[in-house]
Amino acid sequence: MADPMRIRAQAAGDKTTVRVLMSHEMESGQRKDASGNLVPAWHIQDVTASLNGKQVFSAEWGPAVSKNPFLQFVVKGAKAGDKISITWKDNKGETRTDEATVS
Amino acid sequence: MQTRRQTLTHTAALASLLLGAGLLPLQARAFNKAAFDAKGLQDAMKALGGGALTESKDVMLTAPDIAENGAVVPLAVSTTLAGVKHLVLLVEKNPSALVAVFNVTDSVEANFATRTKMGQTSDVYAVAITNDGKALYAKKEVKVTLGGCGG
Repeated sequence: MADPMRIRAQAAGDKTTVRVLMSHEMESGQRKDASGNLVPAWHIQDVTASLNGKQVFSAEWGPAVSKNPFLQFVVKGAKAGDKISITWKDNKGETRTDEATVS
Repeated sequence: MQTRRQTLTHTAALASLLLGAGLLPLQARAFNKAAFDAKGLQDAMKALGGGALTESKDVMLTAPDIAENGAVVPLAVSTTLAGVKHLVLLVEKNPSALVAVFNVTDSVEANFATRTKMGQTSDVYAVAITNDGKALYAKKEVKVTLGGCGG
């Protein structure tokens, strides 16, 4: 199981900026190992975010997103105390969900 | 009494029903592998269903002029346009141009930031695909002093 994500959600007025740091290798599938074999791609494909259980954001990523990806987006209408949960799924089918509270 | 043939037919019908019902929502949200595998800019845009690329001032791309480390290039894309379906980041000279697709909904602002890998100095494109299939872009050249796509 991958390490937990670090999520920070800060409300300013009716907009909430959500910043996420995920922990993932994000192997591009272009790199070769010491013996010259291609390292197979291993990256996050789908990212979704929900506010109080309702999905508000989704994205699809390719292998060109950096290792330990950073993501920032702005949610409308969230207020302090609301729950933001982020889920990612990689191309090996592994997923992880973490939750944070809007402050 | 039910014959074996009848039982089999029923099972098959039931299975296909279940499959059909279960699979449809999945396909609607399936990962667009063709687009991410596409080599060039135009191929990726075609796979995403965007039309011809038009430059637009309403799409904003924030990128550094020079990236010292191609493995971590901070990029941000935003737009003031209404009716945008996807915001897309592409790096023209990467092995596969498409980096990320952000889906714009009513509950989020069309303003996203992330970090990408770049193999070499290249133009970076931010493309907004509107609901009616138009593709508006902004581009910027980012100079990379150390590539981040290989060893």
